[in-house]
Formats: sequence, structure tokens, C-alpha cells
Amino acid sequence: MIQTFSIASYLAVKEVWRNRGRFLLVSLVIALITLLVLFVAALGEGLGNGNREYLSKLDADMIVFQAKSDNVIAASRLGRDRLAAVRRVDGVADAAMIGTSSASLILPGDDEPLKVAMLGVEPGRTGEPTVLEGQQLSTDQASEAIIDRNTAIRSSLAVGDTLTVRTTQGTRDEFFDLRIVGISDGQQFQLQPSIFVPFFTWDRIRSKSEAEVNSLTSVGNVILVKLQDPAQLEQVSQRLVAQVSNIETATLTKAIQALPGYSAQQSTLNTQGGFTLFIGILVIGGFFQIQILQKVAQIGVLKAIGAANPVVAFSSIIQIVVITVIGVLIGALLTFSFSLFFPPTVPIVFNGTTSLIAIIALLLIGPLGGLVSIRYAVRIEPLKALGLSS
Amino acid sequence: MKTYALETQSVIKTYQSESGTIQAVDDVSLQVAAGEFVALVGPSGSGKTTMLSILAALLQPSSGKVVLDGQDLAGINDIDRVAMRREKIGFTFQANNLVPYLTAVENVELMLRLNNKLDKTGKLRARELLARLGLADRMHNLPGQMSGGQQQRVAIARALIHNPSLVLADEPTASLDTERAYQVVETFAGLIHEQNRAGIMVTHDLRMVEFVDRVLLMQDGKLVRIYTGHSEIMELIQGSRH
Repeated sequence: MIQTFSIASYLAVKEVWRNRGRFLLVSLVIALITLLVLFVAALGEGLGNGNREYLSKLDADMIVFQAKSDNVIAASRLGRDRLAAVRRVDGVADAAMIGTSSASLILPGDDEPLKVAMLGVEPGRTGEPTVLEGQQLSTDQASEAIIDRNTAIRSSLAVGDTLTVRTTQGTRDEFFDLRIVGISDGQQFQLQPSIFVPFFTWDRIRSKSEAEVNSLTSVGNVILVKLQDPAQLEQVSQRLVAQVSNIETATLTKAIQALPGYSAQQSTLNTQGGFTLFIGILVIGGFFQIQILQKVAQIGVLKAIGAANPVVAFSSIIQIVVITVIGVLIGALLTFSFSLFFPPTVPIVFNGTTSLIAIIALLLIGPLGGLVSIRYAVRIEPLKALGLSS
Repeated sequence: MKTYALETQSVIKTYQSESGTIQAVDDVSLQVAAGEFVALVGPSGSGKTTMLSILAALLQPSSGKVVLDGQDLAGINDIDRVAMRREKIGFTFQANNLVPYLTAVENVELMLRLNNKLDKTGKLRARELLARLGLADRMHNLPGQMSGGQQQRVAIARALIHNPSLVLADEPTASLDTERAYQVVETFAGLIHEQNRAGIMVTHDLRMVEFVDRVLLMQDGKLVRIYTGHSEIMELIQGSRH
């Protein structure tokens, strides 16, 4: 076996080296496929992350929605009375209301206002992101804000600065100043950079319809729930639905899947990635098949002088693996180089796990594509290949 | 009783075709001793290439025995046939003889690699053999960088380097001009005699049999005549010129 592998490696490496121009071209094709697959994967990750980043980083076990809102945060409306009821349910360790809305962040000079997700959170409770710089929010009604890293990068605002948000109150645009007390890590929500304000401040300044402007009741979107024992998720969920009227519950994962467009977007990008891999298999398979067809006589000679089938097969496999690995490495380096030049507004995120899965899939396309050609090589009859058959 | 490196007894090879059964080799019995160089000649379709394929363990006879170094080729499985070709037989073919991405010396050493015998002595022998064949300055050339005659000489070195019992050559001069063809066959014959191998050359060019010890003439699949001795062979050559 070692002898077979040794001869096969020798033949494979010699052939690749002595025809390096041709094989490099194939590697470059694989590199381009790698570039495409990694970018599609990174785009999928970036878009997905942009949609779910805030939710996926939440320190909560469950989200309470208004009944029949289909777990869509924007479609759910819950009053403060529900929050008190949720907190009373046995098994709930903590609960906090959050409210979501959009706002325009006014930037100095002639810059276009930055569209941000403005989230109302309860200071000191789940839902308020931990700051990396500065301080947490102080009270429920303070004119303060935490901005996420994306907002900080795109607005050049820093801790201690005052930011101005523009919202629509009925039919009028109004401007509100908030002092930035802290900057958190990336907390995008529905593809927008985020700012976090105390819940009652949020309720005061968020965009409202004419009817809502004069309303005295505070309404948030959902309630985040932390459990005393996360293993009791199902039981607590049942108790919540039974004891608090007109609500439904969902895990964070379910809530993320229910984000508008999230599932469709992810499945579209995954399909694109899958098709690119499939095309890769066909391209590589086609190349190696043509190559085998061109060297039928050469393989015939090898077999006639006593090279066994495993030598021929291993030699082909080693070549395919070497060419694929070189191609994937070049592609990964190209991807990494290009990614350095992308502005932060482009939603591309190179996640280790996603990239690794893509790279493993790419490493498999060569051998998969080459299977047919290897089978063909093994079945070459030396007699026919050398023109000795009658 | 004399022992032969190669012996066949009543070898028959038939093919089925739309027009019926074709008898490509019909009851051929022959013997070749070690150190003997034999030519297998005959017109197109006489069965000489089929016979060569059978002797090369590339084709199973329909019936009969092919005994190489005391072992009947008809009775062994495919894996052993491959091993037999690797260890006991040396080949040169008409064309596409060499592995195109290996240099001359690497092509010769390949036979030693396949037989797990590539050591310092083997490497030295490969270089010496190539030098004897006039290829001292071509050892590191790829086949594409050599002439047809030089490639044939590399193939001869490859056919002999692993000390096979039987050396087979299929039309080794087909793609060469007359002068180079004579040189190649003369060198081939010299090495077969010197190294005490059994050699069989299939050729349609009767001028090339000048250097062999016997000529076996095949016609319609049968072995119809054996020319032995220098004068008989020279007569055959003279006859072919008229």
C-alpha cells in the first residue's frame, strides 16, 4: 500500500510540476469559484448578521409577543400591564420590555442622515447591551443613548457627544438631542445600525401616528424573558400563555426566523452558494475528464508495463486534491485581500464556521468532480489504449 | 530436455464478430530460449500483434498454454498478470512509449520504482544503460525534447533495466528512418544477447530481421515457417527486396 501510494504520489507530483502552467490555470478556476462561494457565504452571513445581530446576542431565554403577531416583533404591541403580569409568573427570573422603531440620525455638515434602528430598553435589565466604552444607561427617562459600534463607525460619534435624532410626530418632523453615554459592540437590528435609549425616552421620541401622539399609554413591542431554569422553557411558556392574556411566546431562534425576509434571504443565498459549488463540481469534473481522455495512451503504457490500477487511481486522486487545495488556498487569500478593501456599509462578514464549512465543501468539489474521470482511468484497457486490440 | 524462457503450446485466440468466429491465432506453438532474439513477421492480419499481446500477458488465449519462466500465464488472475508484466516482461511499443512528463532517466527508473528496486545501484545502472545507448547527454530531457530514435532507445533501456526474462518489441522501428531503424534493432539485439534475455520483435519490415536469431512467419493466424540460421534469414531479406 505504501509502495502504491509512493509511486502514485511520484507520478502525480511530476505530472503536475512538468505541466504546471496548465494545472495552475485549473487552480485559478477553482480559486475564482472559491472567491465566489466565500463571498456568497460572507454576504449571507453579513446580511443574516445584520438582521439578527441584536436578537442573537440577547441574554434572554424567551420572547413574549402579542397573540397572533406570528412572532414578528414589528407586528406585536404590548402594554406595560403585560410586563407586570409576565414578571409575576412562576419561573420568570427577569423580564424587560423593548420597543423598536426607525429614526434618522442627523450628522454634521451636509452628510445624509443615517437611518438607524432606535430601540427602547430598560436600563439594567436584559435587552440593554453591555457597553465596551463609557457607561450603561442610568434611568428609564434619561436623555441618554448607547450607540452600537456600527453607528459609531458610520457617524464618527464618540462617548460624551450629543446626537440628534429626527422622528415623525404625527405629521411633523421633530428633533431630539440625546447624550451618548456608551458604545456597545455590533448590535445591528434588521440591517440597520442601532441606538439604544431608555424605554420611556424611546416611547416619548419614537415616530408616532397622529392618534398616538396624544396617547398616555406606553406601548412596547415585545417582552424579553429570562428564566430561573432555562430547562423549564416549555413549562414556563405554557404558564405564561395561561396566565397572561392575549400573548404568545417564542424562543430567540424562532423570533430570528420570523424576522421579515430573513428566511427567504438566507435560503436564496444558500441556494446560490449550493449552485456555485455544483457548477464547480461540473467544471472540475469536465477538466479532469478531458485530461484523462487526452492521456489514454499514456495510462495504457503505464498499465502495460505493470502499474496496477490503484497506482493510476491514487495518482489521479492526488493530482485532483493538490490542484483543488492550491486553488482553494489562492481563492481564500484573494477573498481575504479583497475583504480588506470593503467599506463597513457592505454587509460582508467572514464568520469562521461558515467560511470553514464553505472551504471544506470547496475541497470536496475536486474529488467529487474527478470521480468520473478516475473511474474512466481505472477502466482503460492497455490493449486498446496502445492500439494492440484486433 | 532443454528449458525455454518462453514456451507456448497450441495457443488459439478466437473473436466473435457479426460475420462469425474469427481465428486470430490458430494453434501456435513456439519456444524462445534465454539469450535468443526472435522476429515475428507476417502480413497485416496474420495474427502477430494478437500473439504478441498474448505473450505480453495483456490478452488471455482462448485455449493453449503460455509458459513464462515456468509459470503458465493462462492460469493466473489479473493482479498476478500485472505483477508478471512488471517483473518478468520488458516492453517497447510503436509509439507513445514513454511517460511524457518523466525525463529519459526517470522513465527508465520508473520500472525499478514499480518493482520497488530503485536504489543507488539501480540509479547507476539506469544511467549506464542510457549512456551505452548513446543518450548520456539526453538523460534529463523529456520525451518531447528527443527524436523518435532517441525515444525508442530510452524505451529499450526501460525494457531491460529490471532484468526481465522476456523482452517484447512491437514494431520498434515503425516511426524511424532506415538508418536509425537499423541502429535501434542492432542495439536491441546486442543487449538481448549480452544480458541473456529472451527477445521477441514483431515487425512488418523484413530488412530489420538481419540481427535476429530466428524468424517466425505467421499467416492467417498460423505459424507457417521458421527461418533459422544466418543464410536462411538473409535469403528471406533478399527475397523481400525483389
